[in-house]
Amino acid sequence: MDDLIIAGEKFSSRLIMGTGGAPSLEVLDQALAASGTELTTVAMRRLDPAARGSVLDVLRERDIKVLPNTAGCFTAGEAVLTARLAREALGTNWVKLEVIADERTLLPDPIETFDAAERLVAEGFVVLPYIGDDPALARRLEQAGCAAVMPLGAPIGSGLGIRNPHNIELIVEAASVPVILDAGIGTASDAAQAMELGCDAVLLATAVTRAQRPDLMAAAMKAAVVAGRLARQAGRIPRRRYAEASSPMTP
Amino acid sequence: MIVTINGAAHEVADGITVAQAVRTLTAATTGVAVAVNDEVVTRSSWETTVLGDSDRVEVLTAVQGG
Repeated sequence: MDDLIIAGEKFSSRLIMGTGGAPSLEVLDQALAASGTELTTVAMRRLDPAARGSVLDVLRERDIKVLPNTAGCFTAGEAVLTARLAREALGTNWVKLEVIADERTLLPDPIETFDAAERLVAEGFVVLPYIGDDPALARRLEQAGCAAVMPLGAPIGSGLGIRNPHNIELIVEAASVPVILDAGIGTASDAAQAMELGCDAVLLATAVTRAQRPDLMAAAMKAAVVAGRLARQAGRIPRRRYAEASSPMTP
Repeated sequence: MIVTINGAAHEVADGITVAQAVRTLTAATTGVAVAVNDEVVTRSSWETTVLGDSDRVEVLTAVQGG
């Protein structure tokens, strides 16, 4: 499979993992290994002196690049501060920008997200914004200097798959930065569909970490992303209303 | 004086530095970032940044998420 390139950096895996929802660091470690991911998100939270082990150790030992997110932020100001803190703590200027509108839907707030994106780009961050499946917003964020756009398939953790494939296709057609399908993936066919639609990568967490067997689902997702990418590059046949014989019709 | 460290009020001696405040939570100096009153204090400034009364100190690290 061809490399994924984000902000000039190459990744041979097109599966980006999140770390939320895993029952333990051991389970997470096994799932990350099975997924083959090279880029994985973490959240920034108050340091808990009682916490044992760190997700950072898991990523470091697997040589996986850390992608801090701004999960939990409701305003651009909070997201900018969180990104700055992540840069300070983790030594990376990459950030998955996530500014949510409310806790019930966890849908991204487009106004706050755009505001934060502009400010973070101006501060030299590599900004990967999580957004709704909105082609107009995706284009504006690309113009604002974002390194990728990350439209949702469905709400975070819902496992509902890609609710609006048409909009994802429209985003892909217009984008010249990578399009990463983020959120909503439930199972392997959803990840394959994202890649068939032309997405450059898939970001998922819950579908793997809360599966009955996370390591097995991680392996399934890895295979699905590869299959979907290959199918996209192969160029699928047009859909037809009626049959087209694949064997000669003559005796 | 009183400072708030990760949401909890602490009675501390005047002249306490950010570095000392961090050490009440952890001995780690990597993988950790500090904001005082919503402004990042870079690690190289922890020893020389003195806290004032009512300052709000946030000590963050990476956790599972996303």
